[in-house]
Amino acid sequence: MTNTRSEILAGWKVVLPVSIGVIPLGLALGVLVAQSGLAWYWALLISLIVFAGSMEFLLVGLFAAAAPLTQIALSAFLVNFRHVFYALTFPLHRVDGIGWKAYSTFTLTDEAYGLTTSKDAQTWSRAKILAIQGGLQIVWILAVVTGALLGGLIPPEIIGIDFAVTALFVVLAIEAYKAMKSLPVVALALLCALVGALISKEHMLLISMGMFAVALTSSYLFANHRRGEDD
Amino acid sequence: MTEPWYVLSGILLAGAITWALRALPFAMLAPIRHSRLLAYLGERMPLGIMLILAVYTVRNVNVTEVSAFVPVLLALTITVVLHLWRSNMTLSVLAGTGIYVLMMSLIAMNL
Repeated sequence: MTNTRSEILAGWKVVLPVSIGVIPLGLALGVLVAQSGLAWYWALLISLIVFAGSMEFLLVGLFAAAAPLTQIALSAFLVNFRHVFYALTFPLHRVDGIGWKAYSTFTLTDEAYGLTTSKDAQTWSRAKILAIQGGLQIVWILAVVTGALLGGLIPPEIIGIDFAVTALFVVLAIEAYKAMKSLPVVALALLCALVGALISKEHMLLISMGMFAVALTSSYLFANHRRGEDD
Repeated sequence: MTEPWYVLSGILLAGAITWALRALPFAMLAPIRHSRLLAYLGERMPLGIMLILAVYTVRNVNVTEVSAFVPVLLALTITVVLHLWRSNMTLSVLAGTGIYVLMMSLIAMNL
């Protein structure tokens, strides 16, 4: 038992430095929830059930725009598609028990993945891995709910806090560019965004993301076709 | 006011899809490891999707109205430059947002 306890503490120690980055973003999300006219318990439900930072920010905006559920579904799929690859390295084999495995996959966020990519994470105990994931979720939920409660205190003269979502996506795009330095992808995405916005501002997300996914798949199939059968 | 059932459905839907994307791949590791199409898409989607989302969030900014357009442009520039310089996500987002809130609130109070 003392062993489990020290493992949990070791997990929380890993979470601590990441929290410094996570807490301000959680507070900002909570403030946005409050400003979009949703009660604080929605902030709790969003951070508890969706638990994917960028999707949560987007979701608040989609609710404010009364976006159709199909648009919410497609956005969730495309925004979180990257998680598909986390299974390749995440040490789920260290997490025994179907219930714990369920929780571990449910909370497999970018941060949880990032903290378990090191080689020795492959031998970490279940207690440590779950302490990291649970710790991150607790910190996130507390920050978001606090933000939602504080958000109600901000005077109505203060406007423009929703720019945090724009800034977040721009910063995430820069981070993505560092991993994939492709100007054609940048050009294609901006073109799809522009065309989507010109066709319909209301359905822009669906049109632009759909166009982008189709164009990428086509370019892959086209390149493969040109390479011929020997490849 | 936003319908509670609509918001709840949206949360459950987004939550279920996110969980499926995180959990199901563990049941099909081999195809994911070997699919070159998936690898191709996986490398390029985060960059493209984040850019589309960024544009989406400013879709209602009137580009012909200086008092709407200039704050966005300035705040974006500050966010990008700061991030390229310091690579600190929290700093970039909070500084860009702070400048934007300051500009928009001041503009709204004067008019």
